[in-house]
Amino acid sequence: MALAFSPESETRFQSLLGRYPNKQAALIPALVIANREFGYLSREAMDYVAGRLELPPSYVLNTATFYTLLHKQPVGKYHLQVCVNVSCYLRGADHLADHLKRKLGIGFGEVTPDGMFSLEGVQCLASCDTAPVIQVNDDYHENMNLDKVEHLIDSLRQAGGGQ
Amino acid sequence: MNDQTTEAPRQYLLRCGPGEDILDLDKHLATGGFEAVRKALDMEPDAVREEVKKASLRGRGGAGFPAGVKWGFVPQDNPNPKYLVINADEGEPGTFKDRYFLEHDPFPMLEGIIIASYAIRANTSYIYVRGEFVKQIALLENAIDQMYASGYLGDKVMGKDYKLDVYVHPGAGAYICGEESALLESIEGKPGRPRNRPPFPAVVGVFGCPTIINNVETIACVPLVIRHGADEFQKMGLPKDGGPKLYCLSGHLKKPGLYEGPTGTNLKTLLYDFAGGTLDDKPIKGVIPGGSSTPVLTADEIDVDMDFDSVAAAGSMLGSGATMVFTEGTCPVAVLVRISEFYAHESCGQCTPCRSGTGWLARIVDAIENGHGRPGDCDLLLDAANQIMGNTICALGDAAAMPVQSFVTKFRDEFEQHITEGRCPYGN
Repeated sequence: MALAFSPESETRFQSLLGRYPNKQAALIPALVIANREFGYLSREAMDYVAGRLELPPSYVLNTATFYTLLHKQPVGKYHLQVCVNVSCYLRGADHLADHLKRKLGIGFGEVTPDGMFSLEGVQCLASCDTAPVIQVNDDYHENMNLDKVEHLIDSLRQAGGGQ
Repeated sequence: MNDQTTEAPRQYLLRCGPGEDILDLDKHLATGGFEAVRKALDMEPDAVREEVKKASLRGRGGAGFPAGVKWGFVPQDNPNPKYLVINADEGEPGTFKDRYFLEHDPFPMLEGIIIASYAIRANTSYIYVRGEFVKQIALLENAIDQMYASGYLGDKVMGKDYKLDVYVHPGAGAYICGEESALLESIEGKPGRPRNRPPFPAVVGVFGCPTIINNVETIACVPLVIRHGADEFQKMGLPKDGGPKLYCLSGHLKKPGLYEGPTGTNLKTLLYDFAGGTLDDKPIKGVIPGGSSTPVLTADEIDVDMDFDSVAAAGSMLGSGATMVFTEGTCPVAVLVRISEFYAHESCGQCTPCRSGTGWLARIVDAIENGHGRPGDCDLLLDAANQIMGNTICALGDAAAMPVQSFVTKFRDEFEQHITEGRCPYGN
């Protein structure tokens, strides 16, 4: 089935078009919408955006592959981004990352077999005063420690319908 | 944000304490909101610019360039539209001040946007916000919607014959887009690869039109200049570096947080009075004063005033005012690993010295930390860093080189110890 934006995404997409003197400038915000709507940017999703903005698919691919938040592969239902930069490192981010890798049985850049969690080491999230920080989808979880990580994973599992 | 934020003297920029916000337009109006805009719109645009110039407001993004002077570079005889772009990409490691405005108090920045746009005769402004800030973007868009609904934006700003549209443009995860010309490329729907200059953005910016790019904190200072006047604003800080300043303090501190003080507040005051000193009262080993690209200071170098000129005289940079502290017992090689891996990851790949060089730096530092360092690696690092410095289109190359130069020079014994012993002496 051909991809298409939901009515809500379509409204947001349409609101982009009047903001710029050309359609090309709407590309990154449009890819952000597509990334959210479709979970990641498959070639099909990128081609869809290309068609909507009257851009060559290769142009869209060139831009999309530059940006790390535009996922080129599926991520988990809960995408865990652990900041590994200086301030979080000084506050024990590596212990959190190691713990998560053990607990979930995956490394950075991987997804659990049930598709529930994916894990990524990321750069500074602008939350250095509340380090260490883990971003789960849109939410920041700040001042983290091992106990909080345990609780976080358990509550996400429950919310996500896992065991 | 941490609760400690409130303990700083909060007078001008940090109006909101923990759990407080001014996200509602009426609440902002009750604080005297938009008086500065009203005053500015009654002045000639050039007079507004002159006032900001007189105030010695220097760019808070890191470069410290005087804002009013920058605005003056827009050629007013250029028939193309002019644009104001706000850099809220906030990616410099250690920096978390834009987030405060977006989450708690967006209106001062939006007032500044109207005033600056009017001064440079722009009718469109884009706010480029890093893509991770999903909730912050929603809050900002809500504030903008309120302003449109009440006539503070749109065809007639506050009933005056002045039209201004403000749009939020999300980033999508690329540190380099905080570099102003890369940011413009990104708005145009391209990979964020910095442009060669000249031409400078003030002449050829976004969509080929004259464009001024200002940092969030800088633009949030603009209403203060207009409201209090240039002289008063200057007195909030130093003569050549006026106004209040936000300091992002993090790392091994008792009370990390966002603090406000005059420009030129002493670093020791920030660390010991504002942030309550170090964790477990351990001695300081190193301080990165202005974001991860700025050269590290050792414990005997931290009696320095935090303004652009004083920190430069101390051999580092004020940068974004993002101060990261590590105490004795921390492996400096391990800290540099984080920094070097960051720049290797974030290099856009356009210039060879940076694309290849940042990878070299990261691999060598990583090898030293993991016990695989070879004799001569310290000199190799310095040589590689020197070959990146000054040889790239944008400052990312320098940003990757400077921490390597400073860490290897100032903690050389420890780097050599890693190599000699074939392991990290801290057991990492």
